[in-house]
Amino acid sequence: MDVRAPRDEPTALEGAPTVNLTLRIWRQRGPEDRGAMVTYDLPDVSPDMSFLEMLDVLNERLILEGEDPVAFDHDCREGICGACGVVINGQAHGPRDRTTTCQLHMRSFNDGDVIDVEPWRAGAFPVVRDLVVDRSSFDRIIGAGGYISVVTGSAPEAHSTPVPKPVADAAFDNATCIGCGACVAACPNGSSMLFTSAKVTHLNLLPQGAPERETRVRNMVEAMDAEGFGGCTNTGECTVACPKGIPLTSIGNLNREYLRAVTRR
Amino acid sequence: MAVTGAVMLLYLLAHMLGNLKIFFGRESFDEYAHWLRSIGVPALHGAWLLWIMRALLLAAVVLHAASAYQLSRRDLRARPQKYSHRQRLEASYAVNTMRYGGIIIGLFIIYHLLDFTALTLNRNGVEGAAYDNVVSSFSVWWVTLFYIIAMLALGLHIHHGFWSAARTLGVHSAAREKNLKAVATVLAVLLSAGFMVVPIAVLAGLVD
Ligand code: HEM
Ligand code: SF4
Ligand code: FES
Repeated sequence: MDVRAPRDEPTALEGAPTVNLTLRIWRQRGPEDRGAMVTYDLPDVSPDMSFLEMLDVLNERLILEGEDPVAFDHDCREGICGACGVVINGQAHGPRDRTTTCQLHMRSFNDGDVIDVEPWRAGAFPVVRDLVVDRSSFDRIIGAGGYISVVTGSAPEAHSTPVPKPVADAAFDNATCIGCGACVAACPNGSSMLFTSAKVTHLNLLPQGAPERETRVRNMVEAMDAEGFGGCTNTGECTVACPKGIPLTSIGNLNREYLRAVTRR
Repeated sequence: MAVTGAVMLLYLLAHMLGNLKIFFGRESFDEYAHWLRSIGVPALHGAWLLWIMRALLLAAVVLHAASAYQLSRRDLRARPQKYSHRQRLEASYAVNTMRYGGIIIGLFIIYHLLDFTALTLNRNGVEGAAYDNVVSSFSVWWVTLFYIIAMLALGLHIHHGFWSAARTLGVHSAAREKNLKAVATVLAVLLSAGFMVVPIAVLAGLVD
C-alpha cells in the first residue's frame, strides 16, 4: 500500500506565526514497562492549536515515520468529560488556570520552549500506556456512595422539593467536578480528598441526598482509603490544579460530614 | 494528629507564659518552678498533677509522632513513581517542612528534657534552682542557637498545623478561613518569639 510521504506544508496558516517546541514525553509501553522520558522536536506549531491537537500533529508524524504514536486519553475536547489530563511542566492540566488540557492552547507557550509531558502519577492511577492512566479507582469511590437512590421513570415535578438558592448554588459548584483526577496528580500526597469532597458536598447538601447522607460519606471515605490514595495534609495544591475550581472548603465540609456520620452511628 | 497537636499547643501556651516569669527575677521563677511540683495540694499529693500532665503530654507526643509516621508512609506509597518535572504552586515553606520540622522539634524535646528536667546535660544542674539552670545553658552560644532554630521550626510547624487541624476537625468554613489563618499566624509568632526571648535575653546578658 502506498503510504503518503510527510507533508511538507506548514501545519499553521501560511504566514501566521508559529512556535518551535521541544517535547519531552513519558513513553511507557504498558503497565509493566519501566518507561522513560523521550525527546521530540516539533517545529511550526500553530498557537491556535489546542494541546491535544499539537499531540495529534506529533502522532501523525510518528505514524508516518513508522513509530508508535503517543497514547493519550481524550473524549469531549471541550473541558467537560475529564478524560484528557496530563501533567505539563509539573502542572496538572498545564499552566492555565481552570483549564483542562484539551482547552489549553499553544499560545500559552513560547517559541523554543521545552515542554515536559507526564501522566498523572499515583499508585491508585496505574499507567496503562504512555500518558493514559486507569482512573477506575474514582469509579469505585462513586460506586460506594456518589449517587442517590431514586425510582426511575418520569421526572418528578421540580418544585415539589424546594431547595434554597444558596444551597443549590453551593451544590452546583461542587457538582461541576468532572472527575479528571488533577487534584490527585497535583497533591504531594496523591490524595483524592478534593474529588471525594466535591461529590459528598454536592449530594449531602441537597434534600435528594439526605436519606443516604451518613452512609454515603462513610462508604466513600472507606472506598477512597481502600484504593491506596494518600492522606490529606491540607497543602492546597489540589484546588489550584482543579480545572473547575473546587474549593478547599469542600474538604473541610467532607471532614465535618464524616465526623457527623461516625458520631451518629 | 489534630487532637494531639491541640493538646501540645495548649501546653506550649502555658509553658511559654510560665517561662516569661524569668524576667521577674530568680526568686519569682524558682518559686514558680516549685509551684509546678505542688499544684493541687492538698487535694492531690505533691507532684501528682505534674506527673499526670507529663503522662498526658508524653502520650500526645508519642501518638502525634506515630500518626505522622503512618501518614507519611501512606502518602509516600500513594505516589510510587515521582514526577521528573515537579512544581509546587500553593504549598508554603511551612507545609513543605512539616516532616523535617517535626523531627527537629522531636530531637529538641529530648535535648530539652535532658537539659532542664533530668538535668543530665545541664552545666549547673541543681535541682530546684531552675533560674540558674536556665542561665547556665543559654550562656553557651550554640545551645541558644539550637533553641532558636528549634523555635523557628516550631513556629512554622504551628503555622500550618493549627490551620490544617481546624480543617481536619471540620471547624473550618469559607467564612472562617481568614480568621483561622490569622489565628494560626498569631499563635505561631507568639509562641516562637515568646520562647525565643528567654535564651536571647540570657545570651545578651539581660538575665543573669
Ligand atoms: C526555648 C524556650 C524554652 C524554655 C526556656 C523552656 C524551659 C523549660 C524549663 C525550664 C523546663 C523545666 C521546668 C521544670 O523545672 O520543671 C521545661 C520543661 C519542659 N519543656 Fe520547655 N522550654 C522551652 C521550650 C519548649 C518547647 C518548644 C517545648 C515543646 C515542644 C517544650 C517542652 C517541654 C517539656 C515537654 C517539658 C517537660 C515538662 C515536664 O517536666 O514533664 N519546651 N522547659
Ligand atoms: S475536584 Fe477538580 S481536579 Fe479533582 S477530579 Fe474533580 S474536577 Fe478534577
Ligand atoms: S477531553 Fe474531555 S475534558 Fe478534556
